[in-house]
Amino acid sequence: MWAILWKDLLLELRTKERVSSLFVLALLIILVFVFALTPEQLKQPAFGSALLWVALVFAGMLSIQRAFILEQERNCFAGLLLCPIDPGQVFFAKFLSNVCFLIIVEAVVAPLTLALLSLSFSVSLLGLVLVLLCGIVGFSALGTLCAAIAVRTRAREIILPLMLLPLLVPLFIAAVNVTGALLAGEAWTGTWFRILVAFDVIFVVTGWLAFGFVVQE
Amino acid sequence: MKTVTTHSDLVDSFLPWLTCVAMLAALAMVFLYVPNERVQGEVQRIFYFHLPSAWMAFLGFFIVAGASGAFLWQGKRSADLLARAAAELGMVFCSLVLLTGPLWARPIWGVWWTWDPRLTMTLVLWLIYAAYVLLRVFAGDTETVARYAAVLGIVGVIDIPLIYLSIRLWRGIHPKVEQMAPEMAWTLLVCTGAFVCVFAWLLRLRLRSLHLRDEIRALRQHLVAAS
Repeated sequence: MWAILWKDLLLELRTKERVSSLFVLALLIILVFVFALTPEQLKQPAFGSALLWVALVFAGMLSIQRAFILEQERNCFAGLLLCPIDPGQVFFAKFLSNVCFLIIVEAVVAPLTLALLSLSFSVSLLGLVLVLLCGIVGFSALGTLCAAIAVRTRAREIILPLMLLPLLVPLFIAAVNVTGALLAGEAWTGTWFRILVAFDVIFVVTGWLAFGFVVQE
Repeated sequence: MKTVTTHSDLVDSFLPWLTCVAMLAALAMVFLYVPNERVQGEVQRIFYFHLPSAWMAFLGFFIVAGASGAFLWQGKRSADLLARAAAELGMVFCSLVLLTGPLWARPIWGVWWTWDPRLTMTLVLWLIYAAYVLLRVFAGDTETVARYAAVLGIVGVIDIPLIYLSIRLWRGIHPKVEQMAPEMAWTLLVCTGAFVCVFAWLLRLRLRSLHLRDEIRALRQHLVAAS
């Protein structure tokens, strides 16, 4: 498992194409929103948090897709599955590498978004990091499972968002609400955060258990 | 085997008639028997089709989940076909809910659509169904795809409580049924019965067509192999 994870990270370290393209894409999404909304709207914390998550979800979707397309291209995935390891471990490797990439991207994009929208940095930074981390974990878990399915169908670019986005609804609502409250400087919203954590736990476990069904030949 | 065939033949010849009668009775009760609701007037009558449709959509979802689980467990082709047929039907009824809802909401709430939890929930459910059906369409019809779809069906059901919880916390104005006049309760009951019949009949038809398609495919392969 660590070998696969290391391989993915090394590949990225050598080429740097995934993280850099994700970073640019996330910025572009934010730019589109900045053009679409009025300056007054942009100052509202609710819009800021929505924007942050829209950028993360769409950039993240491409990242996850990329992880499997790379494996599929030269039929490497079949090789991976021939290894005498549990498919659950392949899942964890793919899932963790995605979490790493998204954390790297978000570490730059999130502060930049706040700065671009001139939202105050006085928010509890620890809370924001925690929420982003939980969101990334849940997103990557479900995303990895869906991408493993989508990549081996025709029209994989379209089928992944179709499957993933409706299933992500709870994560998205919870994350946007927690982030919005944080940006507005309100009290820590425990209920939403609990939903977020529940989502993470449920889908990491589901992904780990179900991955075997998805990848077996 | 023989008894099974005759049994299902009996159901096949019986079910269309039952559906016809039940549906006619339901229509008669909705338009002739049940009194107008005091506040909402005529428009409220659409509720007798709206609510059963919603129940059938949920029923479809549970059948998909159950059949998907059974398929992953035992790998039976019939379970996979059942999941597929139920998903398609669930989507039809979910669409009906989404169509009849706004027809009622426009005169009563003054808007076609509002982001109420149940409306949002139904829309999300519809989207999950759509993804499931499209996955089947895009990915073809192989053993592998059947497993993908089964995983998606189960993941969808695992997600439902979370979706429901998060959407309900988010906001809410949907009317709740509190007290019903006996006529209304009877009408609702008959309508639900009629919808169950329609659901069961369509499910059987769709299942049979899927099974026949399998048979045709097997025969064709047989012929190709023979020639």
